[in-house]
Amino acid sequence: MSDRITEKLSILADAAKYDVSCSSSGSNRKNNNKGLGNTGNGICHAYTEDGRCVSLLKILLTNVCIFDCAYCVSRKSNDIKRAAFTVQEVVDLTINFYRRNYIEGLFLSSGIFKNADYTMERLVLVAKKLRTEHKFNGYIHLKTIPGASEEIMKEAGLYADRLSINVEMPTEKSLALLAPDKRREDMIRPMEYLKTAIIANREEKKLFKSAPMFAPAGQSTQMVIGATPETDLEILYMANGFYKKMNMRRVYYSGYVPISNDNRLPAIGTPVPMIRENRLYQADWLMRFYGFEVQEIVNMENPLLDTDIDPKLSWALRNLQFFPLDVNIADEKLIMRVPGIGIQSAKKICAARKFKRLNGEHLKKIGISYNRAKYFINTDNEFERKDWQPWQIKQFILNEGSSKYKPNFSPQLKLF
Amino acid sequence: MNTVVYDGSFEGLLTSVFEIYEYKITAPFIVKSGEANGSLFGNLHHVQTDIAKSSRVYKQLNNQLSKNGITQLYKTFLSEIKEIENLLFRYIQYVLSSKQGVENDFSNADVLLVQQTSRKVDREKHRMEAFVRFQLTKDQLYYALIQPDYNVLPLIAKHFKARYADQRWLIYDSLRKYGLYYTGENLEEIEMNFDVDPTNKQSLKALYDEDEELYQKLWQQYFSSVNIAARKNMKLHIQHMPRRYWRYLVEKQPT
Repeated sequence: MSDRITEKLSILADAAKYDVSCSSSGSNRKNNNKGLGNTGNGICHAYTEDGRCVSLLKILLTNVCIFDCAYCVSRKSNDIKRAAFTVQEVVDLTINFYRRNYIEGLFLSSGIFKNADYTMERLVLVAKKLRTEHKFNGYIHLKTIPGASEEIMKEAGLYADRLSINVEMPTEKSLALLAPDKRREDMIRPMEYLKTAIIANREEKKLFKSAPMFAPAGQSTQMVIGATPETDLEILYMANGFYKKMNMRRVYYSGYVPISNDNRLPAIGTPVPMIRENRLYQADWLMRFYGFEVQEIVNMENPLLDTDIDPKLSWALRNLQFFPLDVNIADEKLIMRVPGIGIQSAKKICAARKFKRLNGEHLKKIGISYNRAKYFINTDNEFERKDWQPWQIKQFILNEGSSKYKPNFSPQLKLF
Repeated sequence: MNTVVYDGSFEGLLTSVFEIYEYKITAPFIVKSGEANGSLFGNLHHVQTDIAKSSRVYKQLNNQLSKNGITQLYKTFLSEIKEIENLLFRYIQYVLSSKQGVENDFSNADVLLVQQTSRKVDREKHRMEAFVRFQLTKDQLYYALIQPDYNVLPLIAKHFKARYADQRWLIYDSLRKYGLYYTGENLEEIEMNFDVDPTNKQSLKALYDEDEELYQKLWQQYFSSVNIAARKNMKLHIQHMPRRYWRYLVEKQPT
């Protein structure tokens, strides 16, 4: 019995790991019923050897699937071992892992068996059991199966903290090419339903505090990048649309890990596009937290993110007319746009400058990345104040830093 | 220089501050009683922790610091870094002597250092909320051993009490030799010698609930299955999970 469950866990965790979301924040479920658990800002309980956070027990209910999406390990034409958990097994694993402080909760997804509703009902059943029979107040993220009905999604929202539907591909064309069984509208319709339901619930909660929660951590989505030829412009405009129009909490970018010999896809052994994925997340942060508009980051003239420098530095070099900035008087929003100054440092600078005029030494101690920022702020140093060209500043910064990606851009050939 | 010796408690430190002002002790150097050996300078002043005195200092600080400022002060104290008392004394002096709140005056070296130290302690607190691994014993007690860099048990109590309200648990700091014990109703601080060698599997197994080993095995299995080998990045892995924490992490034990 214990061997069987171990095997199932290894198969169904392995198949779930390409879903990159592991966030357990954004919900605020209190342990008011002397039950088990609560949610808050999210905790990463471990990190795998690839450096990714492990916050949730992320598994598939089953990897049996009637669909044949080329990029997916669980596609029906793939010759792999199949397994399925019972509802009770998932509940027991979640509770026992949670009680030992291994996890923040459960991320449950599934291959599609029979049809969308039938699959989704099983997922909801797990969540319902955890909430009602075990008084479980930890985090639950349920995957919404494309094409699931509104009734079943409504029930899902009552038990889950977050719901997500993956758009999978940045464009409809790529989706049609790689996931012929999936239709874009089957993904967009549930997203729209959730958006409306979540907003309605927030309004209701304002009026009646006792109204039941509905997906308090909102919805998120994911797309695979690097499997198809879209530009960063297409990817980021799509993400921006999700944030603005669908009230998405997060869009995840999953660098394609080659798993198949399908000639529609990059061959096995092709490196995972990790730098590009990293740059996309940096751009995503700029949109969500730094007040950047998407067209400031990518546009028709610059459809691709630079890989050798981060998107904030790229933007600054294209827009030197805004600099140098005097951090002693500039608006916090503008200070946040200086390469080398993050949100925390910008806040600290604005708090500290009320006491005394800040100089370079103060800024260094406060913890900004001075070697980057110095070309964009007023300093007393003559060299730093000179009218450098963008390419010169870029060269200075690249020469100073030791980017973890440097080996990728070194013009020198590696002989050994 | 005048040496001020206190008992190592936060109230003791605040009492010391009170008495430095009360007795007009000049150039004070505050040390914990255990650390006051040989190299003492000038006059020696022994502080008896006095709640009346410490509350007065606390009240005054409360007037001049935000809630966050008070927390920062306490967290910095819990860092137990050598001579932290003297940083805190200078900081308190600066706070008390200023009319406006100065906790955000980051161009002042002491203010900045208190803020930065409290962040370090806060990070360690967060790590412990993440890295505690409970093991279930035969008598249904969930126990965990930790060795945090800073004395964060007082800071994590609230989190664990709220989260694990329906189970008995014990978190024991094996460096500082004390623990938090939750009875299922109340939280208690207990001092004891809890001699379990985490590397001695045999002695541990005798204590375990019958399912404990299964779930440890399942967790190890899960941990290795979710890893994507094509993305291996040990530098990042170790940055997030420094080696010094592996000792008590189930997933980092050899299988």
